[in-house]
Amino acid sequence: MPKVTVDGVELDVPQGATVLQACELAGKEIPRFCYHERLSIAGNCRMCLVEVSPGPPKPQASCALPTAEGQVIKTDSPMVKKAREGVMEFLLINHPLDCPICDQGGECDLQDQSVAYGRGATRYDENKRAVTEKYMGPIVKTVMTRCIQCTRCVRFAEEVAGVEDIGAIGRGENMQITSYLERAVASELSGNVIDLCPVGALTSKPYAFEARPWELTKTLGIDMMDAVGTNVRIDARGRQVLRVLPRVNDDVNEEWASDKTRHHVDGLIRRRLDQPYVRKDGALQPATWAEAFEAIKAANAGASVAAIAGDMADCETMFAAKALVNALGGNLLEGRQTGLDYDVTSLSAVNFNTTIAEAENADVILLVGTNLRWEAPLINTRVRKAAWKKGAKVFGIGAETDLTYKVEWLGNDASLVAKLPKAALDALKGAERPMLIFGGGALSVPGVHGAALDLAKSVGAIKDGWNGFNVVHFSAARMGSLMLGYGLPGGIRDVVAAKPKLAFFLGADEVDFTNFADTLKVYVGHHGDKGAHAADVILPAAAWTEKDFTTVNTEGRVQRSDKAVFAPGDAREDWSIFRALADTLGVSVGFDSFDACRAAMVAVVPALGVEGLADYGWAPPKLPAKPDAREIPSPIKDFYLTNAICRASPTMNRCSEEILHGADYAEAAE
Amino acid sequence: MSLQDKDRIFTNLYGYQPWNLKSAQARGDWDNTKALIQRGQDAIIEEIKASGLRGRGGAGFPTGLKWSFMPKEPRADRPSFLVINADESEPGSCKDREIIRHDPHKLIEGALIAGFAMRARAAYIYIRGEFIREAETLFAAVQEAYDAGLLGKNAAKSGYDFDVFVHRGAGAYICGEETAMIESLEGKKGQPRLKPPFPAGAGLYGCPTTVNNVESIAVVPTILRRGATWFSGFGRENNKGTKLFQISGHVNTPCVVEEEMSIPFRELIDKHCGGIRGGWDNLLAVIPGGSSVPLVPAAEIMDCPMDFDGLKAVGSGLGTAAAIVMDKSTDVVQAISRISYFYKHESCGQCTPCREGTGWMWRVMERLRTGDADISEIDTLFDVTKQVEGHTICALGDAAAWPIQGLIKHFRPEIERRIRENGGALEAAE
Repeated sequence: MPKVTVDGVELDVPQGATVLQACELAGKEIPRFCYHERLSIAGNCRMCLVEVSPGPPKPQASCALPTAEGQVIKTDSPMVKKAREGVMEFLLINHPLDCPICDQGGECDLQDQSVAYGRGATRYDENKRAVTEKYMGPIVKTVMTRCIQCTRCVRFAEEVAGVEDIGAIGRGENMQITSYLERAVASELSGNVIDLCPVGALTSKPYAFEARPWELTKTLGIDMMDAVGTNVRIDARGRQVLRVLPRVNDDVNEEWASDKTRHHVDGLIRRRLDQPYVRKDGALQPATWAEAFEAIKAANAGASVAAIAGDMADCETMFAAKALVNALGGNLLEGRQTGLDYDVTSLSAVNFNTTIAEAENADVILLVGTNLRWEAPLINTRVRKAAWKKGAKVFGIGAETDLTYKVEWLGNDASLVAKLPKAALDALKGAERPMLIFGGGALSVPGVHGAALDLAKSVGAIKDGWNGFNVVHFSAARMGSLMLGYGLPGGIRDVVAAKPKLAFFLGADEVDFTNFADTLKVYVGHHGDKGAHAADVILPAAAWTEKDFTTVNTEGRVQRSDKAVFAPGDAREDWSIFRALADTLGVSVGFDSFDACRAAMVAVVPALGVEGLADYGWAPPKLPAKPDAREIPSPIKDFYLTNAICRASPTMNRCSEEILHGADYAEAAE
Repeated sequence: MSLQDKDRIFTNLYGYQPWNLKSAQARGDWDNTKALIQRGQDAIIEEIKASGLRGRGGAGFPTGLKWSFMPKEPRADRPSFLVINADESEPGSCKDREIIRHDPHKLIEGALIAGFAMRARAAYIYIRGEFIREAETLFAAVQEAYDAGLLGKNAAKSGYDFDVFVHRGAGAYICGEETAMIESLEGKKGQPRLKPPFPAGAGLYGCPTTVNNVESIAVVPTILRRGATWFSGFGRENNKGTKLFQISGHVNTPCVVEEEMSIPFRELIDKHCGGIRGGWDNLLAVIPGGSSVPLVPAAEIMDCPMDFDGLKAVGSGLGTAAAIVMDKSTDVVQAISRISYFYKHESCGQCTPCREGTGWMWRVMERLRTGDADISEIDTLFDVTKQVEGHTICALGDAAAWPIQGLIKHFRPEIERRIRENGGALEAAE
């Protein structure tokens, strides 16, 4: 713990801290552009200069200078003030004065810092530099004349996203940041460079010229695009969500978000279900709520009723549906739409037990049947950190994909789980913190789940303070639905076999609806997608930005999200739909308000009442452990189009076509 | 006092004899190198320290001291490396080129001995991309040494395994900066690294590395053969030894010559360069150490001793000892403006003050050249140079700032005259 003095205040700083961190600990604000906590240190903007003695008689870049015992640091001396003014002036001489038409305006580091540290007037009489635009794909809009060459985007692409698509070419004042071949940046995390860019060089293309930051109401939410549970801020103006930005949560998403999380929002205003529909004479006809409810009542289903939860269903919605189904005397609840039927007697056996944050500390990793980059991009960044930064060894079973780090692929055969090659087995056994990650695809093969649990035991993946057995889900609803009892021994096959007269589909679009030919299919959801097309009755509900809710991510973390805007038209929040329907059907669900609904849910599943990691214990069931020798299927065919909101989003569709299917938009535009 | 032929280290500087191994051996190179190595690492470093040799690349850091920063017991997975800086791109400098094309074996033998002394596994010679013939010579010379068993396993039968690799640059001045050179060797964009960590701690491929100039390494075998006292017998205290001076510009016979350190400028010019063009009264100014040091006006330079401390005293530096002599026919503002253009062109663009400042300084210099400026802009320019100097990652920012500072310090009346004359003309036209 070196002792340093910052502006006359003595303090102890952690070993290895930089001078900049010491200044922050002392409560001093140090301006910076290139420095970022989660990226490597570049030290190139020179904005964070401070005076340090002992040392050379010139200002030092505080971001790159390690603290040493007895250092005296000055952050407000005349030398420092002059240095900052000078650097600020240099940054501004070639920066265009286009703040009024720049999307970064109002949230621009350069703007803010030039007010705080800049000179009053310009001394630069020469012409300013102009730089040609660079094409970076459907997400990132570039105005490269505004670039101050901080290289944060370059470092992010290389270090976090793991793609070498962004770099700097040219030198001196001709240095330019570019995507080299001017193709879309092939990363599912590319949108993060927009947040990282301290100026308006990289801004959001779909959000271009939409709003100023001070016009937006900001709501704290939890993203429902995948099971990571990315903490986000929902920025809305009036009734429309304009953008979604990640919030800092070191346990979950650090401060990143996938492109899907950021840019599915334009799907929220398209293809919306804004009034009830009832199928008459083979076609869906607009109806009133009363007509829709009567149509459901007319089915006279009695206790022959089921509820199928979709991938974006939240806990309160699932609880309200469960309450209604139970009140009617039924108990057919299932969330695994596509037919998965793994054992759920102990949730610890289907949980991401290592936790997302700890995943980066694993030293030997086995990935089975999971394309982490698509199923959970922000878990993939943790594994990348373990592999690329800390040197963990990664083995993979399944279809070979580029996960941005080195993976030793063992083959695409599910039976390998029970008979790992010796090298992989020895590595796992010898590891201090071995980690096994099984994807939904792996669990779809009979016998893999049991073999996986046996493997975890035999390599010693579960020990004091470390549980290396992980299942990664890609459906945001999954852990919540399992906690609420949406899991039948045979999965959705049990529902089909029971031939229910009435079934509620809670935003479930991936179900094979042909199996429910004789069932009255009630779709409770927000988008006119596959589920709505197959439905007999459509009850318009709220999307994730339009309601308060609780959700549980793949590591069992209970998180809550707030309502940012109202649902469109006649659409209602899901819990109230089931409450009203209960009246029509003549039963009681036991709650009259959202708060009462949530309280009732917590009474049934107490863990859902506490934000944070739910404790599932560790009690793996004994399961058959003879996996079939066959290829492991991938549950995701197209990263950008996994759910109804994405499929309605022009941005996501364009990403899919351009990045995954190679359509060349840049050329078409010319 | 001046250097006698018997005391010259570079006896084939002008290429009167072939460069090849046979001739080099005839000149005394590779003569019982084994014995030199058998003195042991510490003895060699002590000898170099005692000789007072200071780095010949410009900064003048004591060479022996630099070597002693290297780890005494390199780990097997983290070998030490010697990198030899042959990326001679400083305008005015042309000494390493002469060594490489006429006396490459001095450098290669030096590489082995220096590499051994700092316990390095291998030496990388990073040669300037434009030196095409020189690189061919160097490649051939290294091959000769390998063929003769002087390099490789059991180099020169000393029992020490040592490799020398020659790497050609791609034509960037900044790759002459030691950490940018390391980046470039690693295959990356040539941009200086932040220090600390210094190369001796984490350099090439993250391993301990020392970067030395060609001349610093090439003189090592001779110093060891003839002794530290012989070498330190030349020059003033703290500025010992012999040095290759490179005189270009308005002298009658420009040349590269090995001379004693601390030789007065007048003696150097009169003896080797046939005097100033048009006589000493015609001398305007001298840039004494390559383009990056401030110029010195005639009156101050004439009797100045050419060494680190002597030139520092007149507000300049020895640099690479490349004296650019300018007589009174020189447009000194244009000369400095051209140097500014060079630094603008060669800035790597990594850090802000240099990237933005070099272009700004050059543009103002161009206007000062024609007088299309305001007198107050001279002070602004000076202030801008101060904003660049000392605020950058590497020394290129300083190198770009100093020549302009030197110009403003010594030739301000000339700049003001141009502005006045130009402004007067403009006003008259209005």
